[in-house]
Amino acid sequence: MSLVLFCLKSEALCAVVDLTGFLLVSSFNLSDLLNLFLRKHGVLYFSTKSALGQTAAQEKQHTRMKVSSKLDSVKFDEISKNYEVVIGIETHVQLSTLTKAFCSCPYNYGAQPNTSVCPVCMGLPGALPVLNSKVIEYAVKVGLALNCRLSLSSKFDRKQYFYPDLPKGYQISQFDIPIALGGYLDVDLPVEFGGGHRKFGVTRVHMEEDAGKLLHTGNGNYSQENYYSFPIGIVDLNRAGVPLLEIVSEPDMRTGIEAAEYAAELQRLVRYLGVSNGNMQEGSLRCDVNISIRPIGQLEFGTKVEIKNLNSFSSMSRAIDFEISRQALLYSLGQADEIVQETRLWEEGAQKTVTMRKKEGLADYRYFPEPDLPAVNLSEEYVNEIRDSLPELPEMKRRRYENMGLSMQDVLFLTNDVNVAAFFDATIATGADVKLATNWIMGDIAAYMKNEKLSINDIKLTPQELGELIASIKSGTISGKIGKEILFELMAKGGTVEGLIKEKDLVQIVDPTEIEKIVDKVLANNPKQLEQYRGGKTKLQGFFAGQVMKETKGKANPGLLNKILLDRLNSKS
Amino acid sequence: MLSSAQTTPRLLRSPTTTTAAAAAALKCSSQILTTRKSLISRQTSAVDLAKSFLHRLRRTEPQLNSFLYVPPDEAVLKQAEDLDKKIKNNEELGPLAGVLVGIKDNICTYDMPSTAGSKLLENYRPPFDATAVRKLRECGAIVVGKTNLDEFGMGSTTEASAYQVTANPWDLSRVPGGSSGGSAAAVSARQCMVSLGSDTGGSVRQPASFCGVVGLKPTYGRVSRYGLVAYASSLDVIGCFGSSVADAGILLNSISGHDKNDATSSSREVPDYASQFLEIDDLESKPLKGLRVGVIRETLEDGVDLEVISSVRDAVSHLEELGCIVTEVSLPSFSLGLPAYYILASSESSSNLSRYDGVRYGNQVFGDELNSLYGDSRAQGFGSEVKMRILMGTYALSAGYYDAYYKRAQQVRTIIRNSFKEALDKNDILISPAAPSVAYKIGEKKNDPLAMYTGDVMTVNVNLAGLPALVLPCGFVEGESKGLPVGIQMIGAAFDEEKLLKIGHIFEQTLQGCSFVPPIVADEWTP
Repeated sequence: MSLVLFCLKSEALCAVVDLTGFLLVSSFNLSDLLNLFLRKHGVLYFSTKSALGQTAAQEKQHTRMKVSSKLDSVKFDEISKNYEVVIGIETHVQLSTLTKAFCSCPYNYGAQPNTSVCPVCMGLPGALPVLNSKVIEYAVKVGLALNCRLSLSSKFDRKQYFYPDLPKGYQISQFDIPIALGGYLDVDLPVEFGGGHRKFGVTRVHMEEDAGKLLHTGNGNYSQENYYSFPIGIVDLNRAGVPLLEIVSEPDMRTGIEAAEYAAELQRLVRYLGVSNGNMQEGSLRCDVNISIRPIGQLEFGTKVEIKNLNSFSSMSRAIDFEISRQALLYSLGQADEIVQETRLWEEGAQKTVTMRKKEGLADYRYFPEPDLPAVNLSEEYVNEIRDSLPELPEMKRRRYENMGLSMQDVLFLTNDVNVAAFFDATIATGADVKLATNWIMGDIAAYMKNEKLSINDIKLTPQELGELIASIKSGTISGKIGKEILFELMAKGGTVEGLIKEKDLVQIVDPTEIEKIVDKVLANNPKQLEQYRGGKTKLQGFFAGQVMKETKGKANPGLLNKILLDRLNSKS
Repeated sequence: MLSSAQTTPRLLRSPTTTTAAAAAALKCSSQILTTRKSLISRQTSAVDLAKSFLHRLRRTEPQLNSFLYVPPDEAVLKQAEDLDKKIKNNEELGPLAGVLVGIKDNICTYDMPSTAGSKLLENYRPPFDATAVRKLRECGAIVVGKTNLDEFGMGSTTEASAYQVTANPWDLSRVPGGSSGGSAAAVSARQCMVSLGSDTGGSVRQPASFCGVVGLKPTYGRVSRYGLVAYASSLDVIGCFGSSVADAGILLNSISGHDKNDATSSSREVPDYASQFLEIDDLESKPLKGLRVGVIRETLEDGVDLEVISSVRDAVSHLEELGCIVTEVSLPSFSLGLPAYYILASSESSSNLSRYDGVRYGNQVFGDELNSLYGDSRAQGFGSEVKMRILMGTYALSAGYYDAYYKRAQQVRTIIRNSFKEALDKNDILISPAAPSVAYKIGEKKNDPLAMYTGDVMTVNVNLAGLPALVLPCGFVEGESKGLPVGIQMIGAAFDEEKLLKIGHIFEQTLQGCSFVPPIVADEWTP
């Protein structure tokens, strides 16, 4: 089953490719030949004359031009004065279970197409789904973390629609009884965007399976294979059957920033819980945004538009602000009827949303209970066990850090990454001063990680040693400057503070007589500068201090040094 | 007590109760047990046995068309040779060693095509064996071929197969029943010893009745559905055909049990069904003393052929003479079963058949856009009965109709399940005919789907309630030279197959004067 199948629509030519080699066949009897060859080799393919659906490029040009050209003139402040914005978000979180939701195939992002498939996730006749119990565990964790009510008895349903990436013709999902309902998510907005705390409602959390992926070629979407000049649909079912949680928010967000922060908080949450890597680029966290605006005072809601293809929080925020402006402009031009219920794609390059497909009424998914799977029953004990095992969540951490006296900027930085927070917690557990630990982590450590593109788990420095470092500086064993030098060594190579101090003979000189000696020596060696100083050029104090530091390899206690230096400099004048 | 039949029975041979001793001639009616005995005693070899069955299969197949696929003789004989070597070396033999099995073609086999009777799966070869088939092979059974069926199991005559029409071995102008018509005909005509079928609304039991063989529909969840091409998942079960109750029971024994690949399979322990097939010598005079048998009143009323009624009433009298306490029970919800069944089965099938979209198997019809690719591939791939059920099911599940159809049918299902539960709390088994008529003519109901659906009235309730049921031949009505067999249906409580098999076996062993070997093979078949 390692082959990928594809095909093309051309009356005169057809080609069949697998990933290990490829074969090109010419024939006028395309369908027979393809069926024969492809089926024999287990390749999945479909072909149509036109590309699937309407693509962004096909969208009506005139609307787009008109709107985008005038967009800049619409001031955002004015919009918020005149319009009420309503944003709701549907988030799909891919769960990082070892195996798929209903079969024992592993899922590895980026694997060769169709190498992680079996009769179950390929939807072969006679194959049946069997639920991976980890999916329930993860769903319960997320439900509890989102302050939801859990359904102690829920079930799976089939959501039915046709698409080549959906091998069974239905998606196993949850419809009327989701596993978790009615929760909320606490968010602290970034200080640079004005800050503030928000509580966004969560309507529901339900379990479902992911679909496969379509890789288009022939129209440029799949660059690796575009030696075809006609559309070919390639189906990769590696992702089919991977467990997802769909988390639906209440329409509580009002700005792009709020929406992006809601999504970022969800990402933090699933990472804290260890149920997903939350990676947006890999599609482990996918947000679809629903957005409508209405002039303040208008009773009926505006038309809802969905935005997809949001690959980062910043594109989410920008896409929403663009869409708000677009809709506001149409209102202001008296063209509100051009806002239609549709799905729009965010185009990162052009920084705008474009029509992907228009929705003609409501899709009828003909949901009904999945007869192949028994009901999902949770016992109170099971739920309590999971509740007791939950880690400290971002919101709890933020409040705790806040109570330690840290600024919101510091709090947000430290809690953003669960591993950084853990590092911080472990550091202060050694008795290290909270503010000092924060400064080290947010300052030199963060800068180092950024430069070296490392995560906090990749650096060799341990929280114990950072605690030790802080203590050594505080006790005066080493100077802050030396501390900084040691820090880089610890991050790059590891080792202990104590060892490094010994090894490099870095213990700070705190003996005044010793410092006096060196100061005297420096003054003696620089008579010219001394004269200048005493002639009024007091700025030279820094020069002398530097010389002393140089002489002591930075080990002189700076306070002591300055005191003695000043004494000496001024005493003989 | 039942009043005796109102009409004069027109049986060609009436079944009569006999003393235990007089029935001794019928003992060892089990082909599986006989095969085992003769192989172990070296009276016959597995190869000779296989050859004789293959020979009969090849001879009768042109008239019957029971099989959609029969592997080359060598493939079958090779397995028999291997078995003979094992016997020679005194190696341990599986419980089904040398048993020749037919498999309904909607049950996946890795070494043979599995088409489910549909053009959409023409030449489709699954990469795996269904769990039931795997277990059979592990027990030593040899698969002799894939049997014909109504496309995806949707039909009651096997005429809806995309490939061929199977004839009833008792009368070649009649249908074998369906949808497991091929499996029933094959066992009836001794083309194989036993066979697997599937039963969604009666697809094992009705053809068993039409073909004069034993058909066993196990409790839902008793046998894994993994590898059974789904028709209606909440109703589908794999069932057993045999020429005796013992064979059906032994077959069930080998395929039952929990399967980690089927979340709806039960983890209840499997009793040893085979242990109870006592030889007739061991029977007491009233072997079924004290067993409570409830005859379902609604199944012996209008709409059921009089000859069928009288045959079943005679069989009930027979049970009484064996010591059963017979009462009549009423299940007022019985008639609701048929509409509820057709709504639920169609709804689930409309979903289960969505996967046949032309992308992975079946002929892909090239389209200008995706919807026409799907539409045309499916329009050309599915037969009309399947299309009708997909349409019905799609309608029943559509927004605005769901509550009126699917949801109400589920409510009816609950009522039916409860009424059966209540009746079975008071009775050990319930009795009804297996079908309202005997086998009818090919083509007779082809253009009258409602008439065909009505024929499922006896069986669908059992699927809705998820219960086990055993159908076994109990008599004949007039027909061609030898008459046409009538089947009686015994319904048991969930997971009480053991009791059904025990009663069925004793009934069968004490039924005198009926030989259920069809004319097409009567000359050469000696039980």
